[in-house]
Parts: sequence; C-alpha cells; structure tokens
Amino acid sequence: MDIGKDLVAASATPLVLAILSEGENYGYAIIKRVGELSDGELQWTDGMLYPLMHRLERNGSISASWGKSETGRKRKYYRLTDSGKQQLVLHQQQWNVVDAALRGIWRDEFNPALQKS
Amino acid sequence: MKAEQSMEDRILQWREHLNRHQSIQSVDADELEDHLRSQIESLEEQGLDEDEAFLVSVKRMGNLSDISREFALEYSERLWKQLLIPPVRDEQSEEKQSDTFVAFGLALAAAATVKLPQLFGFSFDGSPDSESFYMRNIILLILPFLAAFFVWKRRLEPSEIIKVTAPFVAAALLINLLPFTRLGSTELLAVIHLPIAVWFVLGLAYMGGKWNNHSQRMNFVRFSGEWFIYLTLIAFGGGVLTMFTVFIFDSIGMDAELFVQSWLLPCGVAGAVVVSGWLVEAKQSIIENMAPVLTRLFTPLFALLLLSYIIAMLWTGTGILVEREVLIGFDLLLVVILGLLLYSISARDPHAAPDLFDRLQFLLIVSALLVDIFALWAIAARISEFGFSPNKVAALGENLILLINLAGSAFLYGKFLLKRTTFSTLERWQMTYFPVYPIWAAIVVIIFPIIFKFQ
Repeated sequence: MDIGKDLVAASATPLVLAILSEGENYGYAIIKRVGELSDGELQWTDGMLYPLMHRLERNGSISASWGKSETGRKRKYYRLTDSGKQQLVLHQQQWNVVDAALRGIWRDEFNPALQKS
Repeated sequence: MKAEQSMEDRILQWREHLNRHQSIQSVDADELEDHLRSQIESLEEQGLDEDEAFLVSVKRMGNLSDISREFALEYSERLWKQLLIPPVRDEQSEEKQSDTFVAFGLALAAAATVKLPQLFGFSFDGSPDSESFYMRNIILLILPFLAAFFVWKRRLEPSEIIKVTAPFVAAALLINLLPFTRLGSTELLAVIHLPIAVWFVLGLAYMGGKWNNHSQRMNFVRFSGEWFIYLTLIAFGGGVLTMFTVFIFDSIGMDAELFVQSWLLPCGVAGAVVVSGWLVEAKQSIIENMAPVLTRLFTPLFALLLLSYIIAMLWTGTGILVEREVLIGFDLLLVVILGLLLYSISARDPHAAPDLFDRLQFLLIVSALLVDIFALWAIAARISEFGFSPNKVAALGENLILLINLAGSAFLYGKFLLKRTTFSTLERWQMTYFPVYPIWAAIVVIIFPIIFKFQ
C-alpha cells in the first residue's frame, strides 16, 4: 500500500517520539522499528529521517550524543527529553481524536473498504 | 580482501558526494554513513551480496540533493560560511582559538607600542617633532607585531627569526640616525619607500622564511591584497565608531576629538593592521578571495580609462606635466594596474585557454605600457632640462621598473594569446621579478640620502 507523502510526514514526528519513549536509540534502528510496527507498510526514505531528527533536537524534544556501535563505529544516539515527553502526550491526544473520528464514521455508517471485499 | 577494498571505496565515494553539499557537515555525514553501513550489514546478513546490498542501501537512503535541501531548511546558517564561529569543536577549532588569542594579544601590544613614544615626549598632538618622529617610525612600531604573528604561526626557526628581525632593527636605526634635512626630499622619499621595503620583510615571515619559493611568493601577493581589503573594511567600521564617539560626547559638551586623534585613531590603526592579517589567515580557505573579484570588475574599467587618456593626450597634443604630485599619482596608477594584473594571475587557472578577459587584460597592459612610456618621456625631458633631483630620479627608477615588468608581461601575454606559450610563464615572470620592488625601495631609503647629501 502506498501511503501519501503528507500522511507519512505528519506521522513521522509522533512515531519517532514514541519509539524514543521506549529508550535511547539511533537512526537506523528507528527506521527498522518503524518498519516492524507497520509490518513494512510505512516506508520512509532513510536519509530524510536525519533532517527531522535534527529539527526535533533543535526544538528540544530530543537530545543527542555520540557513542559507539557494537563494532566500534561512531554512532549518534537520541533520547527523549522531558519536553519531548510532553510533546508526545500532545501528539497522542491529537491522533486519538483523529483516530476516534475516523473509526466512528467507518464503523457506524458505511465502510467502503469492507464493502469492496 | 579486494572486494572489501572496493566496498570501502564505494562508501568513500558516496561520502564524497555527500560532502559536496554545503548544508551537510561532516558530522552529519558521519551519521548518515553509519546508517548506510548498518543497512548494508543487515542486508548482507539476509543473504544479499555486496553489490546488491550497497545499491539497495544507497537507494533507500534517497536522493542526496533532497536530503541536502531538507538539511538546508533546518540549518540555513550553514549556507553562509562562518569565519569566526567554528560550527564544530575539534582540534582545528582549538588551533584557531589559540590563533585568535595570539593575534589579539599582538594587536593590543601593537596598539600600546604606538603610544609608547609618549614616554619620550612624542605624541599625536601635531607638534613638528612628534610629527617627524611618527612619520618615520609608525610603520616600524606596528608591522613587527604582524610579523611576530607569522613567526609564531609558521613556527620559524631561530635563524629565520633573526632574518626577519634584523631588517626591522636596521630600518629603525637607519631611518632615525641618518642626518636627514627635516622634510627634505630624501627624507620624504625614505618615508614613502620604507613601508614598501618593510612589507617584504613581513613577507619573509609570512612565507615561513622561504623567500625563494615562487608559489609562496604568490601566496604572499594574495595575502597582501586580501589584507588590504580587510583593513579597508575595518577602517570603515572604525570611521563610523569615531564619528559616533565625537558626536555623542559633543552632545554633553565634551570634545572627544583630541582623544580620537591621539588615542582611538593610532591605537585603532595599529590593532587593525594585526587583526586584518589574522583574519586573512583565518579565512584563507573558507571564503572566496575578494581581490580577484574586484580585479575582474575593474580591469575593463581601467583599460577604458587608460585608452581614453591616451586618445585625449594624442588629440590635444599635451604632454604630462612633471610635478611631484603628478609623478606620484602616475606611479600609484601604474602600481594599481600592476596589482590588477597580479591578482588576476593569482586567481587564474593556469591551464585554462585564453578567453575574453585575457584579451582585456592584454589591452590594459599595453595601454599601461604606453602611459608609462609617456611618463618616462616627460621625466627624461625634465631631467635633461633641469638636472637630477631625488624626486625625479626616484620617479625615473620606478617607471623604469614598471616599464620592464609591463613590457615583459605584454610580451608573454601576447605570446599566450597566440598560444605560443603557457600562462605559467607569465606567472613565473611576475614572481621572478618580485624581489626587484623591495630592493629598489631599500635603495631609495638607504642609498638616495647618501647620494643626494640628505637634501
């Protein structure tokens, strides 16, 4: 399934924040986690993650530090800050509203996706 | 082993592509490279071979231009190269920091040294004694500090330090001990030529004591032009500061002019000389050189000026009037043109084929050569009528030096335009000729007073 660019972009920030709420992590693993969570349906252009990470770092939602990978390579790790946690809560509330509204209308009145199949 | 090598090479190549994007800095490239490598490793574990793993990973990474554009949105300041604020703290920035401390320390020392003669009664109050002292010595109070910066920066050996120090000491002794007639021609000539000679002593320090290296000489030419531009910019800022100093103190009935004249101006100039040198050194590889840009802009205009001057002179049949100001003016004009030539050489790719700008440059050299011949003609006529005087001989010498340079340049440039020689012969000619200027300046400072009996 091809998910629209705008939706991918809109969901990127809450996804990243949520993944980091599980603990400190680095870019490649975050992308992999997104793949696992969506059963491979959400495909990001890998490189585009990093400008986003840096933007989140700048506005203080996450903080970064350099460490080493298992093989000793330089690797940048990100973790959620307190302000990031608050951001995540806000995102959750907003997405819950959207989610609830969509579920409501699809369950109650008509469901084209189900009708087709 | 060979295959592994080629994988490393490919990653390196990919990284080089990445580095070409100005908005992506090397730490970001590190991060992206770690991602690429992780991806490749994980694909290889899934059974892909190296080629496939690399190609898929690069594809997944996405279009580098798009990524770079995203980075640029996030870091717009990166598109403006920063001279003084290193974006990343590393060893290089630490070295830069110590450069900064040394440079400002020396600038302060220069500013203090300029005021030191006050202890012996010399000040900037405009009294004849002080004026004569500073006229002769100001360059020697300031420039050694810039030289000291390069002595430190280039880590000169003690023997090289002596080579730099000795001329300064000799110059100070000569200019103060020779029995000049106050404000006589030979003294004024010495005062004008001393800075030229001393500037090349600075060059010796700049080149790390290696005077004979042509590419080092060219670097010093580049440095000199950029130094002058930075000094001009700082002077402009200083002018604004001075104006406001006088203006705001005037508003409460205090006259700051004396302070400006005897403290702000001399100390500011001394500091600016050193700071400009440090700035040029710091920005060397960061920001494009300005002198060649100005050269491109002004070469056609100066060519036009000289051509119309020659036409006007031929039209009216009037020769050049030989007066001191006129002679100095013409020498300065020819020096500017020599500068235009030098800076366009300094920035030109020596392997490029001749283009329109080279033709313009050739036109400029030939018209400067003609003007120089007219000036020489006028000076020679004057000398044969009234005999020798220090000013006329100095002018004669300078015009001859420039004539030889311009004639050689015109000849070689002409050959280059006809594709009979390479551009680097012209560069070599200029750099071989380079020591003639300080030697002539030294002759005017040292020999002229003796020949003309200090008149």
